[in-house]
Amino acid sequence: MGIKFSLAAVVGLILAAFIGVSGGGLSHFFGVTMPYLAILLFLGGVVYRVLKWGRAPVPFRIPTTGGQEKSLPWIKHAKFDNPSTKGQTVVRMALEVFLFRSLFRNTKFELEKGHRLFYQWEKWLWLAGLVFHYCFLVILLRHLRFFTEPVPGFVQGIERLDGLLQVGLPGIYITDGLFMLAVTYLIIRRLIIPQVRYISLPQDYFPLFLLFAIGTTGILTRYFFKVDLIKVKTMVMGLISFHPVVPAGIGAIFFVHFFLVCTLFAYFPFSKLMHAGGIFMSPTRNLPNDNRIRRHVNPWNYPVKVHSYAEYEDHFREKMVEVGLPVDKELEPAPKATADS
Amino acid sequence: MKIYDGKYILVGLLVFGVLATFPIWFDHGKVVAPANPSLNTPVIDAMMSKHCILPKAQMITEHMKLLNVWRTEVVRYGKRVYVAPSGKKYEMSLETECFRCHSNKAQFCDRCHNFAGLDKATDPYCFSCHVVPSEKKPGAGKVAMVHKESK
Repeated sequence: MGIKFSLAAVVGLILAAFIGVSGGGLSHFFGVTMPYLAILLFLGGVVYRVLKWGRAPVPFRIPTTGGQEKSLPWIKHAKFDNPSTKGQTVVRMALEVFLFRSLFRNTKFELEKGHRLFYQWEKWLWLAGLVFHYCFLVILLRHLRFFTEPVPGFVQGIERLDGLLQVGLPGIYITDGLFMLAVTYLIIRRLIIPQVRYISLPQDYFPLFLLFAIGTTGILTRYFFKVDLIKVKTMVMGLISFHPVVPAGIGAIFFVHFFLVCTLFAYFPFSKLMHAGGIFMSPTRNLPNDNRIRRHVNPWNYPVKVHSYAEYEDHFREKMVEVGLPVDKELEPAPKATADS
Repeated sequence: MKIYDGKYILVGLLVFGVLATFPIWFDHGKVVAPANPSLNTPVIDAMMSKHCILPKAQMITEHMKLLNVWRTEVVRYGKRVYVAPSGKKYEMSLETECFRCHSNKAQFCDRCHNFAGLDKATDPYCFSCHVVPSEKKPGAGKVAMVHKESK
């Protein structure tokens, strides 16, 4: 159900752009209106989501960690798995953001021979996830050559490294292949592992199919149904300088790719893809485990009026002494001279 | 509404905003000249009907594929004659065939390649082996010089 719906949605998007541009003359809509709309939704949506998360109070630390918390001096403290200071937390976040450390700890468990539970290491998801994200980053940065003039040196550096193989012309990019492999793995994994498939919803399949389609159309545009890049860049630079122009004669395949990317950007803030911002706001990751070091006050506590024992005794000391009850602090007999200090 | 840990969140959002709008502020205020490759070389000007090996639109998008095929044919198979779809025969050689007309690398090849953000030194890597035409042909070199001076 979820698969068919997501697949139909992506195919629908492709057909809409293809028919709209090649048959309907809607190249202005797909080339100008859609990208502006998408980028507005993207920026606005991300800010909205992050601020909405920011309004949720975080009353105390959640020490769901995979390491020994800071304890007695002879117990070894797992500094980066269970940080107790801000600096250590920053390291944990960096490991999480750049290396997906929690996913690295992923294990698979299953019953073997019906009665024994086995835990096995399972690194494929971590590996495919890491490859996917880094390839995506490289591809995104590489695309800056269409968005900048003059093209900054780091973009050309990335491009040179990525096209290191110098196979064919236009040269094959290593990340193109790795990206498609990783996305394919992530789709197949969702389809063939029964437990994962059981919990998969349309919103899990849709981004994968969308990314697969974006990768495919991108590769088609670069290597097979080639389009005039000079016109493409002219169009993109027009969008960026807010003087949009759509040169005639750009192939429909480009608009399909472009429209799918616009969809991705517009869809991003309202979907699971928002984990990009969410990871920085995960309470189990970004808070040092200092529950026992610092006092954390629940921010929505009602201001309760308390009457502590010390105050109680202050209040009733004279009467207590009078009836012979023991007191913590004796009655002061007479004001003392403060000469000795 | 209160934003908890607001200073971190706002700094994060600010960084995000700056990075996400990178092309807009990077390009702001720069005048982007169109690529505008020049087809005016003495040989092309003297041509009665101006045509390339393939139709123009196809040459724009497919020239790199064609050159790659040529290289393979010549280097691997020793084949030197290319028969275009129009029936005309061409020698598969960048230096004697392509540069015969397009003798102005700086005004022709480089304009689009630079505009498309290709790395001048290494991409395309034709010229790590081939000689740039203006160096070889004194006549074409003069044309290139005149263009530079008139700028």
